[in-house]
Amino acid sequence: MDLKGKKITVHDMCLRDGMHPKQHQISLDEMKAIAQGLDAAGVPLIEVTHGDGLGGSSLNYGFPAHSDEEYLSAVIPLMKNAKVSALLLPGIGTVEHLHMAKDLGVNTIRVATHCTEADVSEQHITEARKLGMDTVGFLMMAHMNSAEGLTKQAKLMESFGANCIYITDSAGYMLPQDVHQRVSAIRQALGSEIEIGFHGHHNLSMGVANSIAAIDAGATRIDAACAGLGAGAGNTPMEILIAVCARMGIETGVDVFGIQDVAEDLVVPIMDFPIRSDRDALTMGYAGVYGSFLLFAKRAEAKYGVSAREILVEMGRRGMVGGQEDMIEDTALTLLKQRQASA
Amino acid sequence: MSKKIRCAIIGPGNIGTDLLYKIQRSEFLEAVWMVGIDPTSEGLLRAKDMGLKTTAEGVDGLLAHVKEDDIRIAFDATSAYVHAENSRKLNELGVLMIDLTPAAIGPFCVPPVNLDACLSSGAMNVNMVTCGGQATIPLVAAVSQVQPVSYAEIIATAASKSVGPGTRKNIDEFTRTTASAVEKVGGAKKGKAIIIINPAEPPLMMRDTVHCLVEGEPDQAAITASIHAMIAQVQKYVPGYTLVNGPVFDGNRVSIFMEVEGLGDFLPKYAGNLDIMTAAAARTAEMFAEKLLTQNVA
Repeated sequence: MDLKGKKITVHDMCLRDGMHPKQHQISLDEMKAIAQGLDAAGVPLIEVTHGDGLGGSSLNYGFPAHSDEEYLSAVIPLMKNAKVSALLLPGIGTVEHLHMAKDLGVNTIRVATHCTEADVSEQHITEARKLGMDTVGFLMMAHMNSAEGLTKQAKLMESFGANCIYITDSAGYMLPQDVHQRVSAIRQALGSEIEIGFHGHHNLSMGVANSIAAIDAGATRIDAACAGLGAGAGNTPMEILIAVCARMGIETGVDVFGIQDVAEDLVVPIMDFPIRSDRDALTMGYAGVYGSFLLFAKRAEAKYGVSAREILVEMGRRGMVGGQEDMIEDTALTLLKQRQASA
Repeated sequence: MSKKIRCAIIGPGNIGTDLLYKIQRSEFLEAVWMVGIDPTSEGLLRAKDMGLKTTAEGVDGLLAHVKEDDIRIAFDATSAYVHAENSRKLNELGVLMIDLTPAAIGPFCVPPVNLDACLSSGAMNVNMVTCGGQATIPLVAAVSQVQPVSYAEIIATAASKSVGPGTRKNIDEFTRTTASAVEKVGGAKKGKAIIIINPAEPPLMMRDTVHCLVEGEPDQAAITASIHAMIAQVQKYVPGYTLVNGPVFDGNRVSIFMEVEGLGDFLPKYAGNLDIMTAAAARTAEMFAEKLLTQNVA
């Protein structure tokens, strides 16, 4: 595999996906310091919002320490070179949130749907494009759809006005050949002016390998999180991806040592627990379960005495998709009833 | 009962057709017209086969017949964009409009909570909120009838196959309209609505979760009793409205986990989201019809 001279845009997730393991409690000062560190290290694009995107503040997903407006207003004016992106899940966030983000200086909007439901993104993608934003369609849980199926969904998002389409491995389930096959299919089907992106999770420690497979198949935008701070066992660790890219001659524009220092000095110290493939995160990757369910399942385990792993496997068996955090407590209660009935 | 109140259904899609099946069983309502815009549409042809008069010229094709056919109630199952015009034209002729679109130009109607108030207000246009609203707002109201609810949040999950192109194209209208009705009808000081579309096969039954934050220590016994009483009210017109888990009390949070199985009239049973809309609309019309019929007797 010769990827020497390939140019990619890396996109940092630790201030958005990283909100999941922080239960959406990152302080404004932490956010500002980390964003400035990423900017100085040469990261060109940084995502900032509630872990579940604009409007995610809720009982279902968790109330954040600060509103999306407060986080975005704190970070954006400090950026020297980096641009800021925001995530939006139709069904949770609305076009009003999109306008708010645009007014605060957000450059890139990422409209996220389950990998078979792209048609719910029309309102938001169309509007973002009309506002002249860098507009991304983000197909979550991509392991649950075939290359052909994803291609159809990607073409829908392209037709609404997206200029970049992501294959999103929300469960950290995919292996390099799965990524390569899906990215290649979409790359061939979409116009050459449309960028392809990949968003990985590290539940099976495949984040970096999957990202390289995606680049090899034609992806030019790669998500990663500094120190891996993200849902489940975290996202692809940014500092490792940057080092690997440097070794392979893939151009990211990010400083190899600079990004390590941000990880070590700014991000690791704010972690509430080590971000690693413990048995629950590993099970998510193994069974294909949505990454941000992790802490909710652990809390249900503590409350009801049903193991988080059992809850996660049952959620996977029942075909639960991103956003169905409400079904974790429900599943725990149902498992508990079954156990009591059979006792 | 010698006489039934005569109705028109606008929009021969899934919702309009399911509604037609429900009206066919009613002792107070008679469906006379089905209004569409495409003469070759399956829904119009089906309605014709079932003995209804049909037009493919939209509401304008119906207007001339309103008086001679004594149409008193119209159901609009089209889209928010054309609803206002449909409503204006039919209201002028004295027809009560039951709005199943998210247009919400009339007051919100959630039958077990505020049907009487809606009908006695004299409003000529009532809005049925959304499927997620019909499935959850009764429970928000059940809690707020016991003690003040500072915040209520509902999460509605529907099977992908039961969510039509109209909802998908305008998903923001769902979140906005539902959140607003959680406040106005449910009685929460602040409301939030989330919709999830799940593509699992075989399709999953509609699920709805209601979270309320109450002011002060929740009165667990009274809230639980109120929730069970409300579920019994909804079951009168949606028998498959079932409590799966809860109420769970956690600090001042009250959480209720529901499942909605439809009657399987025209739409499959998993499409409880659509069934609860058509059932609520039919129930609203029946109550109005009963009122008209008693007035006629008097």
